[in-house]
Amino acid sequence: MKIQEVLSLISGTVVEGEAFSDREVDCAFASDLMSDVLTLRTDKAVMLITGLCNMQTIRTCEISDIKVVVFVRGKKATDEMKELAEDNDMVLISTDFSLYSTSGILFGANLPNVY
Amino acid sequence: MHFEYQVEGGDFSNAGTTSSVVKKMMKQLGVDSAIVKRTVVALYEAEVNIVAHAYRGTIFVDLDDTCVKIKLEDEGPGIPDIEQAMQMGFSTASPEVREMGFGAGMGLPNMKSNSDKLSVTSVVGKGTTVEITNFF
Repeated sequence: MKIQEVLSLISGTVVEGEAFSDREVDCAFASDLMSDVLTLRTDKAVMLITGLCNMQTIRTCEISDIKVVVFVRGKKATDEMKELAEDNDMVLISTDFSLYSTSGILFGANLPNVY
Repeated sequence: MHFEYQVEGGDFSNAGTTSSVVKKMMKQLGVDSAIVKRTVVALYEAEVNIVAHAYRGTIFVDLDDTCVKIKLEDEGPGIPDIEQAMQMGFSTASPEVREMGFGAGMGLPNMKSNSDKLSVTSVVGKGTTVEITNFF
């Protein structure tokens, strides 16, 4: 699924990485637990949906090769987070929907799960 | 090649900086991407553990044509029962660590599954040493 389609479905806005918004994601994973994110075993382009909005979210995605992150409930990435995301060519998205709603909308639109 | 990095306990905003540097370095050296990912996931889990539990630590990275060996030595409270600490779900993490998205008792088991060889030794009241080896 194209990031543009993700944005349209969840009324999302790109807060970092506009230049990469034509990228595609193969599947999504939703979690606030970074330990769980670190156990993902896939070579696919994963999009993380999370309510955890701090430096470790970005760092965990960097380590896990996750290039697209959706922050739910209108959570705002800090400048420090945006800088780290920029260094790693990531796209950060913000939506007002909850974790549950965001996941449901995207799953219903046939964006596959990881597990 | 040999590299050393210092890690400060409690410095959550910089937790993972070393793992990031090591990831970039391994990529530049042309190491297979699947091996890079396994190695840095294990390293990151171990680095976060130093930040979360220890006062300070040093990370030693040695690379040759056959493998990458990473040793993390920390000064800290140590682990009284390593077997228990290796069990999925066991954690002594503080609320601050949990707020960062960790502390679910998954780190050591995940380090094990991302390492070809993993060694954890500890002296209570002194510190813990973790050794991760992944072969190319």
